[in-house]
Amino acid sequence: MDLFNAIIQVLDSTIRLSVPLLLACLAGLYSERAGIFDIGLEGKMLVGAFAGAAAAAVFHSALIGLGMAILISVAFAMVHGFASITHRGNQIVSGVAINFIASGSTVLLGQAWFKQGGRTPALQPGERFEAITWPGADAVRDVPILGPIYSELISGHSILVYFAFAMVPFTWWVLFRTRFGLRMRAVGENPAAVDTAGISVTWLRYRALICTGVLTGVAGAYLSMVQNGGFVKDMTAGKGYIALAALIFAKWKPVNAMFACLLFGFLDAAAIRLQGTPLPVIGKVPVQFMQALPYILTVILLAGFIGKAIPPRAGGVPYVKER
Amino acid sequence: MSTPYAKLPAWADYGLIPLINLSVAFIVAGLVVVLVGENPFRAAVILVEGAFGKGTGIAFTLFYATTFIFTGLSVAVAAHCSLFNIGTEGQAYIGGLGIALVCLSFDATLPWWLIFPMAIVAAAAFGALWGLIPAYLQAKRGSHIVITTIMFNFIAASVMVYLLVGPLKPAGSQAPQTRNFLSGAELPKLNWVIELFGAKIRSAPLNVCFLLALVMAFLVWLLIWRTRLGYEMRTYGHSPKAARYAGISETRIIITAMMISGALAGMMALNPVMGDQHNVAIDFVSGAGYVGIAVALMGRLHPVGIVLAAILFGMLYQGGAELAFEMPAISRDMIVIIQGLVILFAGALEHMFRPYIQALFASVSPKTVGMEAVKGKGA
Repeated sequence: MDLFNAIIQVLDSTIRLSVPLLLACLAGLYSERAGIFDIGLEGKMLVGAFAGAAAAAVFHSALIGLGMAILISVAFAMVHGFASITHRGNQIVSGVAINFIASGSTVLLGQAWFKQGGRTPALQPGERFEAITWPGADAVRDVPILGPIYSELISGHSILVYFAFAMVPFTWWVLFRTRFGLRMRAVGENPAAVDTAGISVTWLRYRALICTGVLTGVAGAYLSMVQNGGFVKDMTAGKGYIALAALIFAKWKPVNAMFACLLFGFLDAAAIRLQGTPLPVIGKVPVQFMQALPYILTVILLAGFIGKAIPPRAGGVPYVKER
Repeated sequence: MSTPYAKLPAWADYGLIPLINLSVAFIVAGLVVVLVGENPFRAAVILVEGAFGKGTGIAFTLFYATTFIFTGLSVAVAAHCSLFNIGTEGQAYIGGLGIALVCLSFDATLPWWLIFPMAIVAAAAFGALWGLIPAYLQAKRGSHIVITTIMFNFIAASVMVYLLVGPLKPAGSQAPQTRNFLSGAELPKLNWVIELFGAKIRSAPLNVCFLLALVMAFLVWLLIWRTRLGYEMRTYGHSPKAARYAGISETRIIITAMMISGALAGMMALNPVMGDQHNVAIDFVSGAGYVGIAVALMGRLHPVGIVLAAILFGMLYQGGAELAFEMPAISRDMIVIIQGLVILFAGALEHMFRPYIQALFASVSPKTVGMEAVKGKGA
């Protein structure tokens, strides 16, 4: 029973740790499917986290915080769009720039406004998204096997967790069952064809980036308003890059993205749990190895040793109309 | 890297446009200063005075610039081959491992002028090796170099943390770093050069690596514009198809360019490790690899431009420290913002003002932009 409880705990923290990855990964999916590389996921999450926590603390409302997180994150996505769509700049360079500006400005403004070393004030109960307890979760807690699964894994998360997982089928539906999704995929593969059909490549790509901004904003809000009770300097800690890795791992498909993020979240949870405990057969695994595993797996995948990840064809190439 | 825009005279292309982009970046940075409630002009004065006002300030500025020359050159060499090496950070980190191995083995027995060349070779070799794997994967397996180099930065960080809290940490120590090197692995300072001009210097870490950086800048210029290999790299950078048609081996050129880039990145570690801290500590690179991207872009991938851009960033680092001291509201994170703005305006938005400038040139004299008849405005 101890083992079972331990597994439930690891899975529970797997869900918690994979939510920001999943949101950022789906965010990246929208922009990359539309042909815009986005290594600025990290920065957009960071500004989302800061704006969310700061607004929630000032206005004493979690919802205003979330709205602000989304707003600022979308604004950064629009900067990316302005540089890489309107001015046909290098998308990677623009993403790097956004990460820098985000990392510097969140700490500078946080320090200037709140004077707590770059942190935002600790959020009070009404200013955070609380865990939702599902009906009957406490009643069935003692039922063997199913009880803990229901009350620990399914119940007891914040609304943003359910939102993240709901976004998976929703993204699938948008991508493969709507006109917008079809056009978005087309613009990522062959923008000239979309242009010929009389549809604006620019506007389509901007709309995809708005989706990206909304999702990274929610991801940031989750970090600072659910996982943590406030913003801390550089709190994304490379999650945007892991999300990017997960996106490649998922071969740019929404359902795969969920599994990739759960896998990377599980690796993280297991690394925390197993710290220093020897495993059967392999012995003691250095925690750094577990932390590097998502990156190593992605490199191996990219190298084509386990399946082949083929990105959208027009990705990274600015679209120039025929003259 | 071809652009869909018509040509401008060289002085406008390499002087005017970067200057305009840079000015815009600094104007936006000034607005951020206003946002936190300080006077941007006073901030600018403190920054410049902090960097160049005193001998110590100049020495620190050049010390930081040394680091950025290496990383800027590293990014530029790869970029000439149209490879975006974001892995400079990780390659420099691993380069530090090579230096640590040399210094820890020989610092008790050999003098610095014997250890230094060995450390250069080790740093370059380790950095090159860390660049080799992504290069091989790009050339042979078609994996995107940007993604693999990002992944390798994180893998490098994990490897180094593992080594520095484990095997490389001296027994009984708590700090995650190697033991301090003995005097044999300490590089001579260059502060006396500045003192020749009458300035007083209180301990600044400027050292012989600065000279090495300048030599490397010259060698990179030689490589890119005066050798067959450099020509091949630029050909591949402009048009992989043309390079293939000319019989240039894609695999060879990608791997060579990335190894040179990695080697330059690895050599960056010499400056902080042997010149200043005299040990290898966790996160000693602290973002210098990413600064290299800004430096390379601002220097328009030319060694002279890179040296100038590196000095500018050295100034920002040193002056920024003074600024954080004088105006507590402006922490050192201001530099990170300025870096980001420079990358945004000099890199991603480099074409923003070009059409207007072209229109201006075309209206003054069409010949300067190489157009017979000007169709419409600008591009």
